Amino acid sequence: MIAARAMGDALRAVLNEDDRVILLGEDLVDPYGGAFKVTRGLSTEFPGRVRSTPISEGAIIGLSAGLALSGYRPIAEIMFGDFITLCFDQIVNHIAKYEAMYNGKATCPVMIRTPSGGGRGYGPTHSQSLEKHFLGVPHLRVVSSSLVHDPVAVLRALLAQNRPALLIEHKLLYPLHLMLPAGGRIEDDVAETQVSDDGLPTVSIRPVDRKDCSFTVLAYGYQAELARRVLSRLAVEEEIFGELIVPSQISPLHWEPIDASVSVTRRLLVIEEGVEGCTWGSEVAARISARFFGELHQPVATAASDPTVIPASKMLEARMLMTPERVERAIRKVAT
Amino acid sequence: MGWPHEGAQLMTTVDTNVAASAGGRTDPRLAGVPGEPRAERLYRRMRFIRRFEETVLELFERGLLNGTTHACIGQEADAVAIVEHLGDHDHMFSNHRCHGHFLARTGDALALIAEIMGKPEGVCGGIGGSQHLCAPGFMSNGVQGGIVPNAAGIALAKQLGGDAGLSVVFIGDGTLGEGVTYETLNVASLWKLPLVIVLEDNGWAQSTPAGANLAGSMRDRFAAFGLPVFEIDSTDVEELDAFAGRALAQARKREGPVTIVIHTYRLCHHSKNDDNRPAEEVAARWDLDPIEIHGRRLGPSARAAIDAEVESALQEVVDQAVAL
Repeated sequence: MIAARAMGDALRAVLNEDDRVILLGEDLVDPYGGAFKVTRGLSTEFPGRVRSTPISEGAIIGLSAGLALSGYRPIAEIMFGDFITLCFDQIVNHIAKYEAMYNGKATCPVMIRTPSGGGRGYGPTHSQSLEKHFLGVPHLRVVSSSLVHDPVAVLRALLAQNRPALLIEHKLLYPLHLMLPAGGRIEDDVAETQVSDDGLPTVSIRPVDRKDCSFTVLAYGYQAELARRVLSRLAVEEEIFGELIVPSQISPLHWEPIDASVSVTRRLLVIEEGVEGCTWGSEVAARISARFFGELHQPVATAASDPTVIPASKMLEARMLMTPERVERAIRKVAT
Repeated sequence: MGWPHEGAQLMTTVDTNVAASAGGRTDPRLAGVPGEPRAERLYRRMRFIRRFEETVLELFERGLLNGTTHACIGQEADAVAIVEHLGDHDHMFSNHRCHGHFLARTGDALALIAEIMGKPEGVCGGIGGSQHLCAPGFMSNGVQGGIVPNAAGIALAKQLGGDAGLSVVFIGDGTLGEGVTYETLNVASLWKLPLVIVLEDNGWAQSTPAGANLAGSMRDRFAAFGLPVFEIDSTDVEELDAFAGRALAQARKREGPVTIVIHTYRLCHHSKNDDNRPAEEVAARWDLDPIEIHGRRLGPSARAAIDAEVESALQEVVDQAVAL
């Protein structure tokens, strides 16, 4: 099943299971069903609980906060991840703060889904991966969809808690088929799923035993899929073996699966699509370096897009974004 | 309506996701003596808020408090009048200048003073401090504007859940500079949310006069979104009480959000020692001090008795808080 459909089904499941769930966002209702069609059909099935809003991102998230403070479980959609900047005050100064600054007297479990990422030629303000600006915000989870995570399991895990979460969905994942681990495997690879105390999965994918992998790659979202394809091919064609770690929650990170792999491979590459500079990768590099100082075979490697605007021209876009070719180059560099 | 009964559960909305606190510590000498005439209750509560704010400022002077505070001296009548018309199912959201609102709503002076002192017994364990308070039926946050959609979300929750209550949000004239306020007016009006916006126009946004901040008409900003606007220029609590009764009755028809605009005045500085307003302007406004306007209606002995009760009760609260 393609990811967009699976994500819509996941929303349908939690709407069915939990009366507190309310969906808010721009252009969600049928027949349009959302800019990327993830919510198609839901407004018809759940009238009143799936609402189209005016083009007012700050109010969408601010209203969601009020709903959450009142015991509802709003899941808001911000149509493009680029527009999440319009919600920054609500997320940082309201939603993420309420529970802690009220000393636990209230909770504000807002979930915000936002389609992100480039590769479709949408240009500078409709292509970005801005999640790095939300990493490390206290009391906020940042979660990324990936093909190897079951969307409904992730939503249920988040609904089982009372914390706010920002969910990043890379647009290029929507038409791709999920590749969920089955019987401990994804295609020919071993796929090990470790679930954090919060119920969020991290999937470790390796073509051979970990002891025979010479490096670890950490990635999420669409970049994780690009890395999986490269690693799969390198294993078959060149007998280069690396382990891929795909966390669903990217901040705060569940370190155990990462540490378990790096402690064996002693080489780590972190890949992300956001632009380089003060990135997820640099945070991971600092933490891993601190824990594994002296044990690593080489400094932690990072790969990210160039620090500039994302051009509308697909040719120019491909020169600065993390592409399949760049992912492969980065992997080859750490593998040799 | 209005004041929670002594010892009663202060939790105001069954659906508000706020952990119930262990009953309010409301001293009737501050909150209101059962059976006393309404005029005396109104006076007592205003006097309570005034003396609380003055006490906080004194404690700052004495170095017993740190951080900052925003007193509502001169604006006490607003919250006291509005609260007369609120019930247990209503929710209040306030801003940086929230002490008066909090005290009018909960009566819990000890929880607030301990909070401002940063003590664990404070209403938010000393984490929130002066501007970030949470009690059943009450919340505040110190960022301008952002509380407006939050209050609208609480109103939406009430609408979805079939709760008869209102969500009331207090803003100031300065808040009208924040864009999200207008985003919220639009949605709230479209969706006919049971939201009441109380705009306390005290004429000054920190150090900038409204004339340098606001173009056009305050009223028209709300009217443009189709909200009924109840507007009054008064610091007379009895006038405000009757006015609030009319406005909230309109809101309880649940035909959509309602705006209450109260033109008032802040008799104190914005926070602490930061008042550059013309001295003659401030002095003239002391003639409209709500405590005096209403206090004159009470007999001198009744007034003196209330003053003395408030004084001794507050002193006990401060002593208790200092000893915590």
